[in-house]
Amino acid sequence: MIVILLVVVIVLALWFVGAYNGLVALKNQVVNGWKQIDVQLKRRHDLIPNLISTVKGAMNFERETLEAVVAARNKAIQVESSGAGVKETAAVESQLTGALTRLLAVVEAYPDLKATGNIAQLQEELTSTENKIAFARQHYNDVATTDNTKQRQIPTMFIAGLAGASPAELWEIEDAAERAVPKVEL
Amino acid sequence: MAAPTDLFSQQARNRSRSRWVVVPFIAFFAWLGFGGDWIAWQYTRYAPAGEYHHAVPWLGIVLTLLGAGMATYAWKTGPQRVLWSTSAREITTPETPEERTFVNVVEEMAVASGVPRPRTWIVPDADPNAFATGRDEQTAHIAVTQGLLETLNRDELQAVIGHEMGHVRNLDVRLMTLLAALVGAITLLGDGMWRMMRGGARLSGGGSSNGGKKKGGNPLLLVALVLWIISWLLAPIIIRLLAMSVSREREYLADAMSAQFTRNPLALASALGRIEGAVGPTTAIKRGSAHLCIADPLGRDARALGGWGASHPPMAIRIARLKAMAHGRDVTVGG
Repeated sequence: MIVILLVVVIVLALWFVGAYNGLVALKNQVVNGWKQIDVQLKRRHDLIPNLISTVKGAMNFERETLEAVVAARNKAIQVESSGAGVKETAAVESQLTGALTRLLAVVEAYPDLKATGNIAQLQEELTSTENKIAFARQHYNDVATTDNTKQRQIPTMFIAGLAGASPAELWEIEDAAERAVPKVEL
Repeated sequence: MAAPTDLFSQQARNRSRSRWVVVPFIAFFAWLGFGGDWIAWQYTRYAPAGEYHHAVPWLGIVLTLLGAGMATYAWKTGPQRVLWSTSAREITTPETPEERTFVNVVEEMAVASGVPRPRTWIVPDADPNAFATGRDEQTAHIAVTQGLLETLNRDELQAVIGHEMGHVRNLDVRLMTLLAALVGAITLLGDGMWRMMRGGARLSGGGSSNGGKKKGGNPLLLVALVLWIISWLLAPIIIRLLAMSVSREREYLADAMSAQFTRNPLALASALGRIEGAVGPTTAIKRGSAHLCIADPLGRDARALGGWGASHPPMAIRIARLKAMAHGRDVTVGG
């Protein structure tokens, strides 16, 4: 009888250690995933002054588009340096994505500008950075979903509180402009 | 009901399948080594006290040690040797726009898979191909041929890099290095035993008169012995076929990983189509590293033995599976 009880206790203890460590590992993965997004966002912020100074001369007509990018960038930096959460960051960054997309679309209309090697290189950099942000976001959402699922599944849910697990917020697309299907003019 | 074909369930199925494919490999290896020991033990079990008793499984121990030694050696020197043999050059500071894009795409896939950025190499070969090597996620290398950069567009390149990143993430380099070392150990020891047996036959040819010492052996044991000898004779072929079947499973899994990273399985499908369209074999990549490539570097010659000897599954099936991933929801909902 005592043996059975002992086995049950040992099995339970082993399960507890495994589940607890699993939850902690997942939480760290979520934190790390978020840091990766941060790195990419910062890269984008650093790229923008370079982009602006390259296209400024040739694009006097498009002052508004340029200013929208600068304003969105400054706002994003300001919001993020104040230590905002997922939701606020997602909101300001999607504004910036929208402004940059419009700028790149406008650049397409200036063949002279596109012909210079500099802008082609910048375009590649910007495309890559946009991709990295999207991929970092995807990775974060994947990890956060795994974490959230684990926290709510039986039997892990019974110890989620003990392990200090809390639901991770997903990065959702808030901006209507980003969600909208781009209009194609023929 | 149709089997679920979306990328996550394909991944799950691939994982469990390749686990089951590794089992016969290990079992065969154990049979060759410890199986022989068991037979020898059975034969010498009731021998008189003064005679030889096969109590310690020497054969199995030697084979395991040999395999472990070769695996360690391949492990330590493998990545450098592979890169050196393809005369790849490392891209640290990209100079041409092509190189820039390549390095950027690798960085993007590293972000998508959540591993550190692998080192990037370009192989001077006109045939489109790519491979990954390295010990683990921290020391990974990804190499592409010049031809690949020229053939594919950005999305397709991204998908191919995603496939290689899948190999890195799944620790396929580790698995395949181990399998290759086991294949090497068996081939080496098999060769040695074959010579010894021939030498032994010549020796015992003169002394066949002492065969009378043999006791009326257990017929089952005799069958086992014959089976064991046949196993050793066929071992080099069987072990290679088993290794290739593991390799093919890992290819499917890497394809599914690529789809997870890019969320664009059709890009990989079209990249595979273009790579398949390039007829010639990739001469710069040697046979030894074939299992880490996106497509078999031997080209169409690898279809011998009805696909059983190929390191990669047929392109048509890979492309079909990728397309099923892209339309995964339609397939499962529509039945």
